[in-house]
Amino acid sequence: MTIKQPPAYREVGVEVARSLREAGYRVIDVREQTEWDEGHIPGAAHIPLGEVAARIESEVPDRDAPLLVHCLSGVRSARAAATLTSLGYGTVVNLKAHLNDWRLGGGAWEEPPPLLSPTQRRRYSRQILIPEIGQPGQRRLLDARVLLIGAGGLGSPIALYLGASGVGTIGLVDDDVVDESNLQRQVLHGTDRLGMKKVDSAEQTLHSLNPETHVIKHEERLGADNVERLIADYDVIVDGTDNFDTRYVLNDAAVKLRKPVVHGSIYRWDGQVTTFIPFEGPCYRCMYPTQPPPELAPACEVAGVLGVLPGIVGLLQANEVFKLLLDTGEALAGRLLMFDAAATTFDEVRIWRDPACPACGEGASTAERTGALSGAGSVE
Amino acid sequence: MSTVRIPPVLRETTGGSREVAVSGETVSAALDQLFVEFPPLRDRVTEDGRLSPFINVYVNGRDVRYAAGLETAVGDDDTIILLPAMAGG
Repeated sequence: MTIKQPPAYREVGVEVARSLREAGYRVIDVREQTEWDEGHIPGAAHIPLGEVAARIESEVPDRDAPLLVHCLSGVRSARAAATLTSLGYGTVVNLKAHLNDWRLGGGAWEEPPPLLSPTQRRRYSRQILIPEIGQPGQRRLLDARVLLIGAGGLGSPIALYLGASGVGTIGLVDDDVVDESNLQRQVLHGTDRLGMKKVDSAEQTLHSLNPETHVIKHEERLGADNVERLIADYDVIVDGTDNFDTRYVLNDAAVKLRKPVVHGSIYRWDGQVTTFIPFEGPCYRCMYPTQPPPELAPACEVAGVLGVLPGIVGLLQANEVFKLLLDTGEALAGRLLMFDAAATTFDEVRIWRDPACPACGEGASTAERTGALSGAGSVE
Repeated sequence: MSTVRIPPVLRETTGGSREVAVSGETVSAALDQLFVEFPPLRDRVTEDGRLSPFINVYVNGRDVRYAAGLETAVGDDDTIILLPAMAGG
């Protein structure tokens, strides 16, 4: 016959537990992550039962420190208490009561606003694991609003990856319909979408990839008359247009409203990427003050473009968007990255803010500068 | 000899060449030599003897507008990049 050893830890009810906590006992909550996220005792250390043996020492190095362990009902925490005792912790007390009674009895309690839902934590888990992102970073992405000018070659990979990664709101500006000649590179669209508006096709694709993405469709062509209204409510603008007119109109409005623009352009085997952050780095007009004649830059439908090129250049742009939204890494501000797909080489040149820039320089018109400096996103 | 990188939109004037080796101790001298070899390039890169406002010129990644312009020195093994704006998307 074996004699059962009495537990080397004490078990207490709610009232005693409260006074022990007030007396300085360290509270250890051994419930699972989802339970913890819904609310917990302030100041408690959270170590799920399965991790107690591995993590207690780094959480509480001092084995003489008095510990108050709890779970939801006192069962899991009894096992944790036994483990802690066997590890040499001298004063271990288990709360043998339901947490509801703790709360009803006036025990301290806090419920942090949840950053992410359980579904979001699963979907974005590989990103949340990255130290620079974590749950707060993912929350930022979910709250972010990014506007893509163009849902074509560059816009396709950008929208797909921003949406998949959980950028919460994606605005799309495009007034075009899907054409057969687009499908070689515009992977947002498919053969069954021929003739469909690109914004509608894009919305379908993005929702099938991630039902949570809020897609805002702007079925119009960006021009001087609507540009400020279109960009005013977004955090980052991504320029994937195919003509100089739009690029200059966008630049001037973005400088005025202080919106960062991630710029990408492509031609046959070559691509360029840079990030314009108004008044911190150069703008498009600092690089090229006046608009070149259209023949200097034939569009893809005239010159041709390698199918993978917008994929590569677009994802470099998407990468810039993530850094801007997460406020981490080194943005391509003041640097123009050039990709040569034929040679598989990247080159970089420095670009400078031009004090004589007609958009962001000292000589820019007073009205524009006032608007820009106020940073106001006014909408007519 | 330094190397001039020919941008894609100008390659029809160089018979498809992506890079051309030139001598010359300034940007101006290097470009002159390039124009002798490929005469149609002159009108695309310069306007009335000055650099076209639509093309940026970099020596080893630095914009010559912020150096000595066409008189910017070019050394052996330097790379000159001609960079017109690109619009496609």
